[in-house]
Amino acid sequence: MKLKKGIPVIDQGDKLGFWGGKFGGNFVPETLKKPIEDLEIQFNKLKNDRNFIKERDKYFKNWIGSPTRFIKLQNLTKHIGGAQIWSKVVSDANGGAHKIYNATVHCLLAKRSGKKVIIGDTGAGYAGKMLSMAARKFGLKCKIFMGAKDIKRQQPNVKAMKKNGAHVIPVYSGSQTLVDAVSECMRYWVANCDTTAMCVGSTVGPAIFVRICGWSTSQISRELKLQLFNEFGNIPKKLKLYNCVGGGSSSFGFWNEFMDYDKKQIEFIGVEAGGPAKSKRHAAPLTYGSKIGILHGAAQYVNQNDDGQIEETESISAGLDYPGISPLHCFLKDTKRARYTAASDEEALRAYQIVTKYENLRPSLEPSHAFSVAIKEAKKLSKDTVIVINSCGDAYKDKKILERKLGKKYVKSN
Amino acid sequence: MLNPISFAFKKAKAEKRPALLTYTVAGDSSKKQSLEILKSISKYADLLEIGVPHNTPVADGGQIQTSSYRAIKNGIKMIDILKIVKDFKKSKYSKPIILMGYYNMIYQFGENKFLKECKKSGVNGLIVVDLPWPENKNFSKKCKKNSINFIQLLSPTTSNRRLKSITKDSHDMIYYISMLSTTGGKLKVTPKKILKNYNKIKNISPKKYCVIGFGITEKTISNFKSADGLVVGSQICKEITRSLNNRQNPVINVSKMVYKLKKKIS
Repeated sequence: MKLKKGIPVIDQGDKLGFWGGKFGGNFVPETLKKPIEDLEIQFNKLKNDRNFIKERDKYFKNWIGSPTRFIKLQNLTKHIGGAQIWSKVVSDANGGAHKIYNATVHCLLAKRSGKKVIIGDTGAGYAGKMLSMAARKFGLKCKIFMGAKDIKRQQPNVKAMKKNGAHVIPVYSGSQTLVDAVSECMRYWVANCDTTAMCVGSTVGPAIFVRICGWSTSQISRELKLQLFNEFGNIPKKLKLYNCVGGGSSSFGFWNEFMDYDKKQIEFIGVEAGGPAKSKRHAAPLTYGSKIGILHGAAQYVNQNDDGQIEETESISAGLDYPGISPLHCFLKDTKRARYTAASDEEALRAYQIVTKYENLRPSLEPSHAFSVAIKEAKKLSKDTVIVINSCGDAYKDKKILERKLGKKYVKSN
Repeated sequence: MLNPISFAFKKAKAEKRPALLTYTVAGDSSKKQSLEILKSISKYADLLEIGVPHNTPVADGGQIQTSSYRAIKNGIKMIDILKIVKDFKKSKYSKPIILMGYYNMIYQFGENKFLKECKKSGVNGLIVVDLPWPENKNFSKKCKKNSINFIQLLSPTTSNRRLKSITKDSHDMIYYISMLSTTGGKLKVTPKKILKNYNKIKNISPKKYCVIGFGITEKTISNFKSADGLVVGSQICKEITRSLNNRQNPVINVSKMVYKLKKKIS
């Protein structure tokens, strides 16, 4: 299995949508074949259409607020005493997370195809919140599917969705988290694909959704590349990019522009959710060697039992609480372009405490996983190494959990 | 020799009625009970679909999901399902058996091993909901080698070009999904329109037996008497749930329901 140079990774799949011959694909009911094919044709055309890209960039700049900041974490660097620690503050984006890029692109596509309704899944509530924002912006009706357990633990985002006029549909089946929300959303699409567009909230699902999402979030690395040039005059000789990985949309977007660099120069480190330290459950299929299986239309490494039933996950962060992982990351793992590891709930919380103590930055529980590993590794690295952590979400949504776990003093008011 | 699936359709044709296909979930609500249900309904049904329960089904509505979760909770495994088929086939009620499920379960079992075991147990046909054409080409060939019917699905969204390719690659039986819906949805299209699409398929592929499924219930079934076969699933699953909730015997209640369904199309 080999990664090709000079071709975007999203376009490296084969005819049937498999990366490396085995990840991804389209394991979907017959009914969805047609709408998926329509979307493929539309996207393949528009992604090379100058006017469409202009339109996208206009909204990315004026509405989402690109570029998001690229900042040095001076105090943290000093405290750790190793590599230079920087952060790409993607949570600056309108709505507070990277999910806005994919949501915006899906709404632009839906509008062009004449669809009036857009549906989406959400875990932490960011994908749902952003889709509800974008839907309102572009005049589309919006329905969001969300696990009942996640609705309870991510109330601020639920409120935001409702405020944006979206209909939030609680999902009570299975573990009542993201995995069930995605299933329910796909089922709704099966029954309504003639009038309704679907937005999958991450780089997961049938191949076309993986591609659209990866294409959209790649804005992050496009910005970062310029910012690195501005800051250092060149791409640093030793650069490490840390990102949390749930479905894998922010990490893929954070790395995409740097794919062709030698990994000795630019290393990618993906941090999965290891779950509570004492629990056997986790949401880290790449780190803990899960087998390949089919989930939500795509072949991927996925937590499952011997019989092929998908296993329940456990993580403090709803956004990473997914048993599978993007086919793109399976591909990057097996081609050894990226390295994957996990942080536990406790480690993520500790990282959150350290970051907020030294810096005026409040990463949500998802990027706190990435900070945890970055901080640990930074100690052992030379001063000329530049590490960048994607702070892809803001902790406001985690207020309740943080208060419960760490006490009120760690939660500043918004 | 005619395979059992074609034989069942032929027999129904001779009686000038569509074949009745039932769908129940293996292991719902227990291994023993689901076998009892199969035995008792086989007096009236012509072909029996057995659902392989999966916990992330992307095409099933609430009723079948409830049945599936119940079965999984009670510990049903793929080997148990094959055992149910084997036991059923040994009984005097034997009818053609079609397993219906999602691809991951087969993938984890191993395609070749799975087909070998299916053949041993007496499975006659397979429907894999999330393995569409052309992705299913290889698997479909393997099925044929093992004398198992691979049943292709067609839907209202299937284009004419696809329709031709899919029917060409299909075996004896084809399954037409009546409308855009998950299983168990209310019939939101007129029977006339559904039959129009059905006839289109029959015109392209007159020799293949085509069944209609999704939205077929006691109320709607008599509208489709001209079809080769009709599948009732969610209503049966619902009846199992209702019986359990009322502390009644699902075997008797489901059997009564299938009897009535048969009457409506006879």
